[in-house]
Amino acid sequence: MKNSLIKYYKSNTEAAPLAAFRILFGILMLISTIRFWYHGWIEKLYINPIFHFKYYGFDFIKVPGTYTYLLFIAVAICCVFISLGYMYRISMTLFFVLFTYIELMDKTTYLNHYYFVSVLSFLLIFLPANAYFSLDAKRNPSLSFQYIPRWTGDSIKFLLFIVYFYAGLAKLNKDWLLEALPLKIWLPSKFSVPILGDYMHYEWVHYLFSWSGAIYDLTIVFFLIYKRTRPYAFILVVIFHVLTRVLFDIGMFPYIMIMATLIFFDATIHKKILKYISVIIGTKVSLFDNQRTFKFSKPVIEKITVGIICLFMLFQIIFPFRHLSYPGNLYWTEQGYRFSWRVMLMEKTGYAQFKIVDSKTGKRFYVDNRDFLSSFQEKQMSTQADFILEYGQYLGNHFTSQGHENIQVFVESFVSLNGRGSTEFINPETDLMSLNVNLKHKTWILPLDE
Amino acid sequence: MFSGFKHSLSTLSVCILCLLIPYSCTDTEEPDCCEEMPSFENTPFDRKALLKSWADDIIIPSFERYVKSLTVLNDRATDLTNDPSMASLENLRESWLDAYSSWQSVSMFDIGMAETIGLRNFTNIFPTDVDKINETLNRDSYNLGLPSNFVVQGFPALDYLLFAFTGEELMQNKLVNTKYTDYISTLTERLLMLSSDVLSDWKSSYRDEFIRNDASSATGSVDKLVNDALFYYEKFLRAGKIGIPAGVFSGTPISDAVEAPFSKIYSKQLFLAGLGHFKNFLNGELTNGTISDTHLGTYLDAVNAEKDGTALITLMNKQLDEAKLLGERLSDNFQDQVETDNIKMLQTYDELQKAVVLLKVDMLQALNIKVDFVDADGD
Repeated sequence: MKNSLIKYYKSNTEAAPLAAFRILFGILMLISTIRFWYHGWIEKLYINPIFHFKYYGFDFIKVPGTYTYLLFIAVAICCVFISLGYMYRISMTLFFVLFTYIELMDKTTYLNHYYFVSVLSFLLIFLPANAYFSLDAKRNPSLSFQYIPRWTGDSIKFLLFIVYFYAGLAKLNKDWLLEALPLKIWLPSKFSVPILGDYMHYEWVHYLFSWSGAIYDLTIVFFLIYKRTRPYAFILVVIFHVLTRVLFDIGMFPYIMIMATLIFFDATIHKKILKYISVIIGTKVSLFDNQRTFKFSKPVIEKITVGIICLFMLFQIIFPFRHLSYPGNLYWTEQGYRFSWRVMLMEKTGYAQFKIVDSKTGKRFYVDNRDFLSSFQEKQMSTQADFILEYGQYLGNHFTSQGHENIQVFVESFVSLNGRGSTEFINPETDLMSLNVNLKHKTWILPLDE
Repeated sequence: MFSGFKHSLSTLSVCILCLLIPYSCTDTEEPDCCEEMPSFENTPFDRKALLKSWADDIIIPSFERYVKSLTVLNDRATDLTNDPSMASLENLRESWLDAYSSWQSVSMFDIGMAETIGLRNFTNIFPTDVDKINETLNRDSYNLGLPSNFVVQGFPALDYLLFAFTGEELMQNKLVNTKYTDYISTLTERLLMLSSDVLSDWKSSYRDEFIRNDASSATGSVDKLVNDALFYYEKFLRAGKIGIPAGVFSGTPISDAVEAPFSKIYSKQLFLAGLGHFKNFLNGELTNGTISDTHLGTYLDAVNAEKDGTALITLMNKQLDEAKLLGERLSDNFQDQVETDNIKMLQTYDELQKAVVLLKVDMLQALNIKVDFVDADGD
C-alpha cells in the first residue's frame, strides 16, 4: 500500500494536458470577465447598490466604487497572462486573489461556479501548469519540462470528482427524487425551447431529468477515468451541460465544466489541441518536447506544496458536510448550504417586510426595501436568514443614525420552498437588533412543518 | 477510441457555436399563425392565448374606454373655457371623476409605450404641489414633460384646480383668469394626447409584439405584465392609496397624501375601483361581466397551484375580498378617515398586505415568474 503510494507519487506524465488546461482556463475566464462587464453587471451588481451583503468574517472587503472596473481589468490581464503562461505563478496568484475579492464584495451574487473558479484557481497556483507550451518555459528553458508528476493533473481530476459527486449526493433527497422538485416547477415554463419545449410539461420528463441528473453527477467521473468509456462519457458531459445551458440561465458554467473534463483525456489529444493553437501563434509544440522531468527547485518547497494541496483537499472533503452540525431542514435554514456544491436543488421565493419600532413610545413604521436594496438583493435577502439579519441590523443602525431612538427591528417574512406554499420564515417577535451575527444555529428561524 | 473523441470534439464545437449565438427563434420560426391546436389531456398551458386575451379583451378595451372618457373630459374643459358657467363646471367635474375612475383600470398596464413614456408619472402622481401649480399656470411657458413637473399635472392637479374652491369662488376669482382655464385645458389635452398615443401604439404594432413574446423569461410578456400588475398593487394600490396616508412607512399618518384630497369624497371610490380592476385582471373578468376563457386563475389551476388543499386563486380572491370588505367600511373621504380613526385604515392595509404574500411568493413561484429583471446568472 505504502509502496504503491510512493510509486504513484513518483510517477510522471506528459505536461501537455495541464498546459492545455491552463490555456483554456485563461481564455474562458477572460470571456467570462468581458461578458460580466458587457452585461453591465459590474455597475448593476456592485457599484450601484448602496448596501452590500458580506460573508461572515469578511466585512472588511469593500466595493471600491468605480475602481471596481480596475479590478476587472486586472483580472482580465491575469487571464491573458495565464493563457500565455507568462509569469504564471504570479498571475495565477493574483487572479485567485482578485477574483475571490470580487466574489467576497457581495454575497448576493454567490454562485457555486464562482466558488469553483476560486477553488480551482487556488489549486492551480501550486501546479506546474507553465512547464509546457508557455512563455515562461520558452524564455527560460530551465523551467521547461515535458513531463510533470502525475499527481498534479490528478489533483484537478479529484477536485472535479468532489464537485460532481457531492452535487450528486445532494440530489439524493425526497424533493428531488420522489417529487421531481424543483424541476417540476422550472421545466414547464421552458416550453419555448426548440424541440424539447413540447415535452417540458410532462411529469415523466421531470422525473427523467431529476433521476438522470443525479445518476450523472454521481457516476460521470468514474466513466471519465475509465479509458474505454471516456469518449462516451465526454459526449454525455457535453450533452448534459449544453442541456442545462439551454434550459437555465447559468452563464459560463457549462463551458467551464466541459473544458475542465478534458483533463481526463491523455496527452495525445491535448497535443493536438496545442498544435491547433501553435498554428495560430506560431510557436512549435515540439519545441517543448525536451524529455526533461519537472523537479521542485528545493525539497522544502515540494513538501510545502504537497502539504498545502493535501490540506486543501481535506478541507474540500470535509467542509461541505458542516451542515450536519445544524438542526432543521437544510434547504429551509440554509445553514451550511453554500460552498457545498448544492446546485439547482431548490426553488425559493420570499417576501420580507421590516418593521422599525421605537421600544419606548411604540411608534412604528415599515421600510420600503427598494429604498435600500436592488431588486436582485431584495430577492436574495428575502429567502436567506443571514441576509435578513444583516440587512435588519443595517436598517436599525441607519434609522438610529437618523435620530430615531430605542430602535427595534422586526421582520415579517414568508418563504415558499419548492412549491410548499408561503410559510412564515423568521420569528416576527425577534428583535433583530438583539441578535449577534455568528455561525451558531439561528434559533429565530421558524421551523418548517413537513 | 479516437474517432469517438473526434466525434465528441466536433459535437462540442457545434454546440458551443450554437450557444454563443444567442438563440432567439421567435422571429424566424413563428409565423403569425394560428391553427387551432388539437386539445388533449395534459397539454402545456397556452400562454399565447392568455396574452391574446389580455391584449384584446382587457388592455385594449380598457384603454379605449379610458381614452373615450378623456375625450369627454377634454371637450368639457373646452366648454368651460368658452362658457365659464356653473353648469359647465359641474359637467367638467363629473367627467373628471369618470376619467379618473377609468384610469384605475389601466394604471397597472405599465408596459409598452405606457412604460416608455412613463404614462403613470404624468397621470397620477400625488400629493400634487399646489404652490408649484399656481406658479406654473401663471407662467408664459412651461414644460410638462419634465420629471420635476410630475406634481403639477394629471388628475391630482385637476383635483386641486376644480375642487379646492367652491363653485362660487371658482366663478368669481379663478375662472375669470384665462390662464387658469387654459391650464386646465392644457392638462386635459395632455392626458388625452398621452393615452391616445399609448392606445394607438397598442393597436398598430405593440399588440402583436406583446402576444408574440410568449417566452418564459424576465422579458417575456407574461412575466413582465404580471410583474407590472404586482408592482402596481404593492406600490400604488396598497402603499399609495392606503399605506402612505395611514403612516405605515413613516410612523405618523400623512392625511394630505390621500388620493384626490381636494374633492374629498372620492378617495374611497377610486381605491375600490383600483382594487376591483386588479382583481378582475387576475380573474379575466371583463367589464361587460363575462369571464375570459383564459386568465391567471386558469393558468394557476393548470399548474395545480394550491396551498393547504385550496386552489391558490381562490385564496387570493378571498383575501382581496377581505381587503375590499374593510375598504368599503372606510369613510368616503380617506383624509377624514386617517384623521379620525386611522386604525381602520391600518386594518385595511394589513388585509392588502396579506394578499401580497400570496401574490408575490405563492403565485410567482407556482408560475415560475422571476421578480423583476434580475438578469444575473443562476446556478
